[in-house]
Amino acid sequence: MIALLLILVPLVAAALAAAWPDSRTRPWLLPGAGLIHFVLAWWLFFNPPVVEAGAWLGFDPLARAVLPVVSLLFLVCACYGVTYLRIRSERPNRTFVAALLAVLGLLSAGHQARHLGLLWIFTEAVTLAAVPLLHFNGTPRAFEATWKYLLVGGTGIALSLLGSLCLGYASLYGGGDGQLTFVALMAQGGGLSRPWVLIAWVLLLVGYGTKMGLAPMHTWKPDAYGEAPAIVGAILAGGVTSVAFTALLRVRAVVGAAGSGAVADHTLMAIGLFSMLVAALFLLGTRDYKRMLAYSSVEHMGILTLGASLGRAGVAAALFHVWSNGLTKGSLFLSAGNIRRAAGSPSMDAVRGMSVLTPRSAAIFVTGMFAVTACPPFGPFFSEIKVLRAALETGHWVATAMFLSCLLLAFFGITRVVFGIVDGRPNHAAKAGSKRFVETVGVIAPPFFLLVLSLWLGLFTPHIITDAWAAAVAQLFSTP
Amino acid sequence: MNHAHLNLLIGLAMGLNLLALGTSRLPLLIRAMSAQGVILGVMPTLMERPDWRVLLVAAATIGGKGLFIPGMLRRAMRTVQIDRELEPLIGFVPSILLGAGGTIAALALTPMLPLLPEHANSLLVPGALATVLTGLILLIGRTKAISQACGYLILENGIYLFGLLLIQAMPLMVEAGVLLDLTVGVFILGIIVDRIQRAFDSLDTRKLTALHE
Repeated sequence: MIALLLILVPLVAAALAAAWPDSRTRPWLLPGAGLIHFVLAWWLFFNPPVVEAGAWLGFDPLARAVLPVVSLLFLVCACYGVTYLRIRSERPNRTFVAALLAVLGLLSAGHQARHLGLLWIFTEAVTLAAVPLLHFNGTPRAFEATWKYLLVGGTGIALSLLGSLCLGYASLYGGGDGQLTFVALMAQGGGLSRPWVLIAWVLLLVGYGTKMGLAPMHTWKPDAYGEAPAIVGAILAGGVTSVAFTALLRVRAVVGAAGSGAVADHTLMAIGLFSMLVAALFLLGTRDYKRMLAYSSVEHMGILTLGASLGRAGVAAALFHVWSNGLTKGSLFLSAGNIRRAAGSPSMDAVRGMSVLTPRSAAIFVTGMFAVTACPPFGPFFSEIKVLRAALETGHWVATAMFLSCLLLAFFGITRVVFGIVDGRPNHAAKAGSKRFVETVGVIAPPFFLLVLSLWLGLFTPHIITDAWAAAVAQLFSTP
Repeated sequence: MNHAHLNLLIGLAMGLNLLALGTSRLPLLIRAMSAQGVILGVMPTLMERPDWRVLLVAAATIGGKGLFIPGMLRRAMRTVQIDRELEPLIGFVPSILLGAGGTIAALALTPMLPLLPEHANSLLVPGALATVLTGLILLIGRTKAISQACGYLILENGIYLFGLLLIQAMPLMVEAGVLLDLTVGVFILGIIVDRIQRAFDSLDTRKLTALHE
């Protein structure tokens, strides 16, 4: 019941936001619904409910291992959103607030979906609900980004539906009775028709991989993250991508139960490393610091996928990385958003000396940069170490070498951009712009808090959270 | 299952794919897509023992793919008053050749797939593969926003054809999801088409090139 409230509360709040008459007070619905969602999600985290095996929706161990951090990220971003929407009071915010709340509700539904078809419906709905968020700014560039997002994302989502149907046919061919819950599919296991399972796996990997932003299906990501408001980037990078990732984990478990786990792992590893490589190369070339964050997100999706290919220890490490990456990336997006507002340009060619103009945001941005490039003692360092250890323990020497070189290249790329905009002497246009932007508590506290959380997660990973990851791994690798 | 009639309809839908690939006129492309939607909607009623769920899918498909969405696209075309000639990235003749080659490949490939006996003599699987391919060619090979939307819908039609294999075994809500997605998707596409028009005074997606590395 409480698990259902996680979905219903944000959706009702979204409807309320659509009907709310006053634009000035409407943004308060974001932290309001976010707080209720946060309390519910963490209550469920500490008191995990028993989920019936055949249930289509439920707060199962995998949802428990990911949804709390999404809720936390959303709440912090929602607090930032109130200040942000006050600064941007010239833009109408009715659709934006409603769509953002709908995204939260559908994300909760997607994480809890235990049925192949239902999972697809929610992923599709999240994709569509995010569309108004991307063209909030209303500029031609924002429309271009939205169009690409719809076209690439829509094609990806169509292919994942085709993949879901193929998996359904695999079950039907193997004598299944039309039950498409993941539990039923895993129970059918070797009875699933192998050729159809493999076809389904390829299509689902491409489909949900597009949603995650794995290379070479990542092309929507730099445009969307570059043009959308910072808060949207943070929620897309930390929340929406995680739904696609858990979707892949659930499908991977079925493919594993059908006896094709090795093939699935090889493809996951290949696409993960390829994403890291592509991201690292683009990071070396990009001159736009918001697009840089998008490529960094592609890189981290590659790390997740690589982790997912490395068996039990790897999946646990990947779930850890979902948390540490989500929190760190959130901090980076929000502080980059502050810098973008003050500087008036997203390009490092036009922006310099932000350490003088926006000292607090710049400090968070630089610290966040060290966190996201896996410098100790932040969360990503520890989660990436765990991925690395899983790779070494399974004897993947080449993958380990590629992983480390891509991290190094990404480090060069990211530091180049970050220090390019932080260092130096600010130009006149930026000086004038930064006078209009004041670093209030409302825009500094949220990214700072996320950074502290990332640090806390790295240094004092609580046992109850590691246990939640272990339970999720046990669910995915269970042999019924 | 009424194989002969069903296969005839699938054959027609496959013919419409080639028409969609070969036409240089936007209204004809929309008409081909709309006709394909109606044909697809009739198919479930020819399958074994149509119950109310199957009939609902049929009605929703004819209404959505056959009437509502093409109507919206025509309206979008009128309101933005665009040039009705299509400007292809992949020429019309190469498109048809690709589509025909893909159709032949789909027909040749299907016997290699494990199919249940009741599906073995049906054109559903090759029809689905050929239609998905047609949709992809149109998505990649046409530059106007409306024709890309048509390509996306034809891609969805292909997926729907594949879904017909499972219409008896799979719960309705999965199918409802398909239709919902379709309607909402094009609805949003329509808004965006409208906005692109205002922002660029053209529907040419080739002009969407401000964002690149």
